[in-house]
Amino acid sequence: MANLQAFTSWIADYAATVTEQADYLTDLDRAIGDADHGSNMRRGMTRAAELAGAEEFTGIDTYLKKVGMILVSNVGGASGPLYGTFFLRMAGAFAEVEDAGVEEVGKGLRAGVEGILARGKAEVGDKTMYDAWAPALEAFDTAAGSGSDLAGALAAAAEAAAKGRDETEGLVARKGRASYLGERSRGHIDPGATSSTLLLESAARTLA
Amino acid sequence: MKKLINDPADVVVEALRGMAAAHPDRLRVDLEHKVVYRKDPIRQGKVGLISGGGSGHEPMHGGLVGLGMLDAACAGEVFTSPVPDQMMAATKEVDGGAGVLHIVKNYTGDVMNFEMAAEMAAAEAGTEVQSVVVDDDVAVQDSLYTAGRRGVGTTVLLEKIVGAAAEEGRSLAECAELAHKVNGNGRSMGMALTSCTVPAAGKPTFDLAEDEMEVGIGIHGEPGRQRLPLAPAKDVAAMLVEPILADLDFTGDAGAIVMMNGMGGTPLIELYLMYAEVAAILEKSGVTVARCLVGNYITSLEMAGCSVTVLKADDDLVGLWDAPVNTPGLRWGV
Repeated sequence: MANLQAFTSWIADYAATVTEQADYLTDLDRAIGDADHGSNMRRGMTRAAELAGAEEFTGIDTYLKKVGMILVSNVGGASGPLYGTFFLRMAGAFAEVEDAGVEEVGKGLRAGVEGILARGKAEVGDKTMYDAWAPALEAFDTAAGSGSDLAGALAAAAEAAAKGRDETEGLVARKGRASYLGERSRGHIDPGATSSTLLLESAARTLA
Repeated sequence: MKKLINDPADVVVEALRGMAAAHPDRLRVDLEHKVVYRKDPIRQGKVGLISGGGSGHEPMHGGLVGLGMLDAACAGEVFTSPVPDQMMAATKEVDGGAGVLHIVKNYTGDVMNFEMAAEMAAAEAGTEVQSVVVDDDVAVQDSLYTAGRRGVGTTVLLEKIVGAAAEEGRSLAECAELAHKVNGNGRSMGMALTSCTVPAAGKPTFDLAEDEMEVGIGIHGEPGRQRLPLAPAKDVAAMLVEPILADLDFTGDAGAIVMMNGMGGTPLIELYLMYAEVAAILEKSGVTVARCLVGNYITSLEMAGCSVTVLKADDDLVGLWDAPVNTPGLRWGV
């Protein structure tokens, strides 16, 4: 079960992870984008991680909503609206929930990813973050359906996300700035799929 | 990295501080929201014009704020879209009762952030907002299955022309219609001789050998569609102009408005040399140049290279082009 404290640990852990991986994320973005994904995510997540110490939160939903707003206001680029919308929509799934189990977290992730889809209008195979999220959600639900607890379902989701991320290397981008490269976008891992996988790996470390 | 900066994290705010210091007669700058405004509040009944985007393209957009052009420009981090809070603040500030037009370049991040801002402004303040998304870059093909063509040089011409229309009192609907028309009639193509370095990244976005050039680049240091051996200026001009002419018929009595734009690191002597080549190709193709602009207007930091924009004109567009403008980046008729 994950309570508010677990969710604040998740955000703190992810902030530390993107800070540590900022240069790598920026390098991936340099190859097929505009070399700012790492610095943007580091800036936004650092602000989001400062929230827990600066304000009192009463619920998981109000906390995640504020995280989403901070990301919308501080990340910029496409990642700001996409990650911001993810947390804003996810927040909606935790109204009145104090301890989130596998079912609640599953609903939250699905709501968040639906937000990403509504904002970004991507499909599987477009070489975007959705190529990590789609298999991750499926793996989460399969694990949950066969009786896994939250830890097991998140581990399965993170593993599937990593596989989806690796498969973006062979794809030609059809959305986002990488799409301008056409065929030349092939052979590079998508930065958004990479940061999304890091978010799920971080969830597997902290939420369960 | 060799740049005239202090801390890479402070580049945008410190540059805005410089704009405020340099142009106190014409501009005021909200450093908290990173928005450049005209010095005087908006005239009641005038449509408010807002643009914005990543920084690093100066003078666009902050240097294009002033009489006859933009009312506000939202500055993002270098090559990163501004965030909805900035566009919200600007939208409320320049709402003179006639509504606000958002001029957005077609990049996924810019479009999403402006969309969120328009949704929030409608919900919170009830301001009427319309948007035009500029997508004029002929280097991007196959736009049906991609993010579409990028917004580049036509943005500058559009901000001038629609700015003049708003100044003479046209309505929000008329300004939006005019903006769509300018976007539909404008085409651009760019090339790079060198890459550029985003201050926060500290190294060049791509590597180009001494004898190579990148054709079909955008304005964010992103690589283009083709890497080719360096060629003489007249061949480069043909590589830029021919795809533009193949995309739209520019022959007509009113001719075209042409911009020969530098990417930031190319001297004017080369831009004028290139303009001579471009003008010769246009003349041979039966395109009359009604007006032209040569210089650095939509740049990509210190990148060497250039872009060509051709806008099919009519009497209305040329009239609006000639109307007075007084901004740090463009000034005539005043």
